[in-house]
Amino acid sequence: MGWKNIFSHREKTETDVELQTEEIEEIAEPISKSGLFARLKQGLTKTREGFVGKVEQLVRGRKIDDELFEELEEILIQADVGVPTTMMLTERLRLRVSESKSTEGNQIQVWLKEEIVQLLQANNETLVLSDQKPAGIMVVGVNGAGKTTTIGKLAHRLSNEGAKVLLGAGDTFRAAAIEQLRVWADRVGVDIIAHNSGSDPAAVAFDTVAAARARDCNVFILDTAGRLQTKTNLMAELGKVHRVVIRELGRELDEVLLVVDATTGQNALSQAKLFSESVPLTGIVLTKLDGTAKGGIILALAHELKLPVKLIGVGETYTDLQDFDAKEFAQALFA
Amino acid sequence: MSFGNLASRLQETMKKLKSRGKLTEKDVDVALREVRLALLEADVHYKVVKDFVNTVKSRAIGHEVLNSLSPAQQVIKIVDQELAALMGGTQSKIALASKPPTVIMMVGLQGAGKTTTSGKLARLLHSQGHRPLLVAADVYRPAAIKQLMVLGEQINIPVFEMGEDDPVVIAKTAFQHGMSHGNDVIILDTAGRLHIDTELMDELKNIRKETQPHEILLVVDAMTGQDAVNVAQSFNEQLGLDGAILTKLDGDARGGAALSIKSVTGIPIKYVAISEKMDGLEVFHPDRMASRILGMGDMLSLIEKAEASFDQNKAKELSDKLQKDGFTLEDFQEQLEQVKKMGPLNQLVGMMPGMGNLKQLQGMEVDESHLKRIEAIIRSMTVEERRHPEIIAGSRRKRIARGSGTRVQDVNRLLKQFEQTRQMMKQFTSIDKKSKKGKKLFSLFQ
Repeated sequence: MGWKNIFSHREKTETDVELQTEEIEEIAEPISKSGLFARLKQGLTKTREGFVGKVEQLVRGRKIDDELFEELEEILIQADVGVPTTMMLTERLRLRVSESKSTEGNQIQVWLKEEIVQLLQANNETLVLSDQKPAGIMVVGVNGAGKTTTIGKLAHRLSNEGAKVLLGAGDTFRAAAIEQLRVWADRVGVDIIAHNSGSDPAAVAFDTVAAARARDCNVFILDTAGRLQTKTNLMAELGKVHRVVIRELGRELDEVLLVVDATTGQNALSQAKLFSESVPLTGIVLTKLDGTAKGGIILALAHELKLPVKLIGVGETYTDLQDFDAKEFAQALFA
Repeated sequence: MSFGNLASRLQETMKKLKSRGKLTEKDVDVALREVRLALLEADVHYKVVKDFVNTVKSRAIGHEVLNSLSPAQQVIKIVDQELAALMGGTQSKIALASKPPTVIMMVGLQGAGKTTTSGKLARLLHSQGHRPLLVAADVYRPAAIKQLMVLGEQINIPVFEMGEDDPVVIAKTAFQHGMSHGNDVIILDTAGRLHIDTELMDELKNIRKETQPHEILLVVDAMTGQDAVNVAQSFNEQLGLDGAILTKLDGDARGGAALSIKSVTGIPIKYVAISEKMDGLEVFHPDRMASRILGMGDMLSLIEKAEASFDQNKAKELSDKLQKDGFTLEDFQEQLEQVKKMGPLNQLVGMMPGMGNLKQLQGMEVDESHLKRIEAIIRSMTVEERRHPEIIAGSRRKRIARGSGTRVQDVNRLLKQFEQTRQMMKQFTSIDKKSKKGKKLFSLFQ
């Protein structure tokens, strides 16, 4: 039964693709406040169709039994929720079933949504920046997670809100990373502090803080080179950059954000764990949620590490970075 | 929460069972539950796991437990064989056109590592005597063209670019350019895109139509989760893939994506990227990947690395000398040099069975500076001292410590360790005069 679900879902992809294009075209509209929810929904369409669609298909007209739970586990694991978190969720559902003595499959869907909201809401926090000038944000993550793009989008958003933003090109390692951030700075119209490629990232960090203060900026955002969390030397370097920043700033940073690609599987847990050993992470930015990846890894991150997801990237344009709202997220997931 | 080493977990589980002779269904079920978890934890696609577990089960039940193996080892062996078979059995290489130039098109999601991998592939092909041309066809991501140009300069490979022109036109023009400049391989670095982005997928189809690539390679991040299958399938349906390259394998990702892609779509993994450096691209070995996914280390790679780095003649010389004169600090120094040639020590440790995923070892890097200190100490000795360490008394120790910038304690420790090693070597050479050269090496590091 679960197998057939997978296959029937796959056959649908072609029409899904068409749907998706229409939606993408709509995105070009100017953003209004009410548009945000719609866009979150658009970005999450794939998740909704894949994940929730399967749950719906699963429970419709079914009685609750072991087989149903097994298939539910299957769906959760396929959404990258991971084994421990899946077990926790199904355990709680089983408990509710035995308490209520309900046998209606549909009830499972309602409860599952509640459990997901509860799990995500427990860690729900948004971006917090102090009024003290300058506020500081540091962005870290593995290679190719989308750090630089996230910084571009974040700079756009903050400067739209009237903040004077300064970017620090702390990725001095990857070829043309500095140029990439510079393009974003130009697009958004904010200043950037950059040294030459191959220079000391800690020096860039130092200069960024000093310049942010001298230029009376509201906030600086420091980029860092992508690094795999197992490279101890590179993680130590990151720790050093962080130390230099807080020493120069005279206080803790307002945000140290870990950027995680939504297509990432269980390795995201290792990323969050090991990065937090080098720098005090304040939250997660989940990027590329507009693909077919289910992003279920945020459930695992919330359950196992209690790290809040603060921002999500749901599209390619620079207005597509949004506050993560557990309720809204679950709502969109189940809409 | 880490599942660590599957092999040891299996041993642990199976220890509780007392089955002898044949594997019973119960034995196998118990073992396979662990296998299932390990595979899911490694991000192998759910469907693949289910299939796989069933296959192994039917093969393992009733299987004779060989005298030399425990039931657990027996199951591991079957699992390992089946995994390797599932991943393609043997390695498949890039097909070069009989009439050059060979066109290779790199495609994938954003951030998978296409640009870096294009550079690495060009470098690899260049080292095999080809004349590759890199083509900057990613006109969307800011500074992607610049990135490829910088890479090209680093590795001394020409890069063709036309700014932010139409990628189809760029590809077509680059092909002509390559033809007239005698390039026999043309590598197209395309922009990252979602497989559901129809417009951008059409662009790839057009590039394919215009350049008739011999190889369309999907670049996949080893950390990808369950979605890897959807991505590969969709790219394959729309473009017809010839292979995949798995990137960022130098992290702790198990790379279950590789297994899933191969088994669901049939697309072979051709290369794996294992370092940030430009020479960090290797041919894919399915059997080794199987061991990695299961957390069983990669002994084969290690042995091969050792073989490639060790000078056979020197090893023979050393072995002869050892039997004649015993082991001296000079030999020790030479061995250190050899070991250093094998690559970063932490990489080597990761390849040893059980080591890569041990909790205690996660994040612990083998201290290379410790090796440097040892070298410094030995270099501060006179030739006489190296050959006859027993003459190194108090004042010599002080001098050596000063000369190497270490403390007398460090010198003492080294001499003590050396003495122990020498004792061990003596045993080795006397017990097994024809012991494999690898053995000696490892004994040094125990």
